[in-house]
Amino acid sequence: MITAERKPLEEILAYIKPFKRILLLGCNECVTVCAAGGRKEVGVLASGLQMSRLKDGSSIDIREHTLERQCDPEYVEELVPMIDSADAVLSMACGCGVQQLAMRFRDKPVFPAVNTKFMGGSDRHGVWTERCQGCGDCLLGLTGGICPIAKCAKHLMNGPCGGSAGGVCEIGDDVDCAWHLIWERLKALGLTDQYMEIMPAKDWRPAGGGGPRKIIREDLAE
Amino acid sequence: MKEQFEPVIVAFCCHYCAYTAADMAGSQRLVYPPNVKIIRVPCSGKVDSIHILKAFEKGADGVYVAGCLDGDCHFKNGNDKASRKVAQMMRYLEEIGIEPERLEMVKMSAGMGERFARIATEMTEKIRKLGPSPIKAAAA
Amino acid sequence: MKTESKLEKVLAAGHLAVTSECGPPRGASAETVIEKAKYLDGVVDAVNITDNQTAMVRMSSFAGSVLVRQQGMNPLLQMVTRDRNRLAMQADILGAYALGINTMLCLSGDHTRFGDHPMAANVHDIDSIQLIQMVKKMRDEAKFQGGADIKGVVPKMFIGAAANPFADPFELRVMRLAKKIAAGADFIQTQCIFNIDKFEKWMEGVRGMGLHKKCYILAGITPMKSVGAARYMKNRVPGMDVPQELVDRMGSVDKEKQPEEGIDICLETIERLKQVEGVAGFHIMAIDWEEKVAEIVKRANLYPRPQA
Repeated sequence: MITAERKPLEEILAYIKPFKRILLLGCNECVTVCAAGGRKEVGVLASGLQMSRLKDGSSIDIREHTLERQCDPEYVEELVPMIDSADAVLSMACGCGVQQLAMRFRDKPVFPAVNTKFMGGSDRHGVWTERCQGCGDCLLGLTGGICPIAKCAKHLMNGPCGGSAGGVCEIGDDVDCAWHLIWERLKALGLTDQYMEIMPAKDWRPAGGGGPRKIIREDLAE
Repeated sequence: MKEQFEPVIVAFCCHYCAYTAADMAGSQRLVYPPNVKIIRVPCSGKVDSIHILKAFEKGADGVYVAGCLDGDCHFKNGNDKASRKVAQMMRYLEEIGIEPERLEMVKMSAGMGERFARIATEMTEKIRKLGPSPIKAAAA
Repeated sequence: MKTESKLEKVLAAGHLAVTSECGPPRGASAETVIEKAKYLDGVVDAVNITDNQTAMVRMSSFAGSVLVRQQGMNPLLQMVTRDRNRLAMQADILGAYALGINTMLCLSGDHTRFGDHPMAANVHDIDSIQLIQMVKKMRDEAKFQGGADIKGVVPKMFIGAAANPFADPFELRVMRLAKKIAAGADFIQTQCIFNIDKFEKWMEGVRGMGLHKKCYILAGITPMKSVGAARYMKNRVPGMDVPQELVDRMGSVDKEKQPEEGIDICLETIERLKQVEGVAGFHIMAIDWEEKVAEIVKRANLYPRPQA
């Protein structure tokens, strides 16, 4: 999923300062799962913003709404009846959702209420870690299902650097050495020979080095 | 001269401990301040962030969540969850600009009528000293 | 001979090679580089010029190497993949070779987290093994990494790489070396060796795969200045393995005697490593203690250096 974290209240308040009527939008997808921008978080933020204003002797008109998916035009369309009654839109979706809104409602200020973080998964309840950097040319088949690009601090593709100690990365005790994990997994799979294959310099074009990326499915695209 | 400030305090009380303790306090004729408004919940773990926030938004000067003693939750770990949630909401209140000490997590067993009364009294006194919540103060 | 490198000549002739290092200053003073390098003049076969070591900004390795070259010495250009992409690195390789630099060391580099610009992007367009491949391709195929032909003079670099026998997982360390050699490393400079037993175990594995015959292995040596330095390296430097008994030994002598004790340990280490089959020389990293290198080299009977 795409993970996110709410921005500091102060930053959000600064964005919406000039506005009276706010449409606060959550998203039912990834940001709901990582407890950053779903219906619940929309309620919590709305209350926090309201209290911040009340405390200063003013108030704010916040309309709360959570879309099934903010990154799809079909769902964004359902905002049409309510968009005119808002001076600005505050989105708790990832950056994809925020941009979808900005594209659809060209004359409406749209602000992000979360920082989009990374593509990750849940290690345990309340903990998410980065798993994929969307390099566009998946290596997982060669690395025992563990990504050295997302999980090695130096994106090393040919083994651990000299800073790997006891399974831990040199950058911090809370970071696993990706290559240690890969090695253990290759051993478990009986694929240690695979390690000796030199992975050549990566073509970063599919990773975004070739400019903004796009997928066109001819059979689906109209 | 303003009349004395009487704080409004909302206590979310777990059915299995604090709510029963409140009953116990009543039957023991223990006196505690009428400022504390009790809301019975099936487990302190069921108290959501939004409940706490709405209490403040609608005019509470103080809020506390009362759950079972450590290890005694009827639903295994609802009280731990509540503690973490309260800690998180204290940080959020600070961001909003409301003193975090207006919110508290307390723990007790069903038999602790005396503790219930004491906590209600202490919380009321603490909030009385803090004065009206910034939200109420701004509206006044 | 693959190159004109003095280091290659010394090694190919079967001499125990000696290299040392010179960290460029955190300022623009050419004199500092020259002064430090002068301590090493005539004492070593090549002088490593570090590349933003520990991720702190310093005068570039390239500029430092040129300054050392201008003194008639042989610089060993260190290059980390952390700070520049493949275009920048290849451009520097061409430039360095044009200015008489023919020996280099390919590294990934310490993470920026450790340096004075933790907010900087870690580039890592390629990793150290891919850097080795790239330099080899430039030299042996006269082609850039992207495939185009190099025009005119081809940079013929003697290619070095690093190895850390003390990092984990240990069983992977020999294979990692094999991979670097397969990528094109001509010589290796190891991490500082304090735990000789572990190094010997690693070398057993190296010989087991015949790697010492495919590549020159220079054993990394660092004299400890004080018990404080010993403790620091033991506890704080990633990838270092300093046995407790060495720390205790440093601590067992008076403070003013500690530098001497450090040099003694270092000389004993060199003597023991000379007996290890497959050790082709020594890389002496006297951090901020360059003036001691001559003494170490002389007392270790590694002087005079061959005039290859």
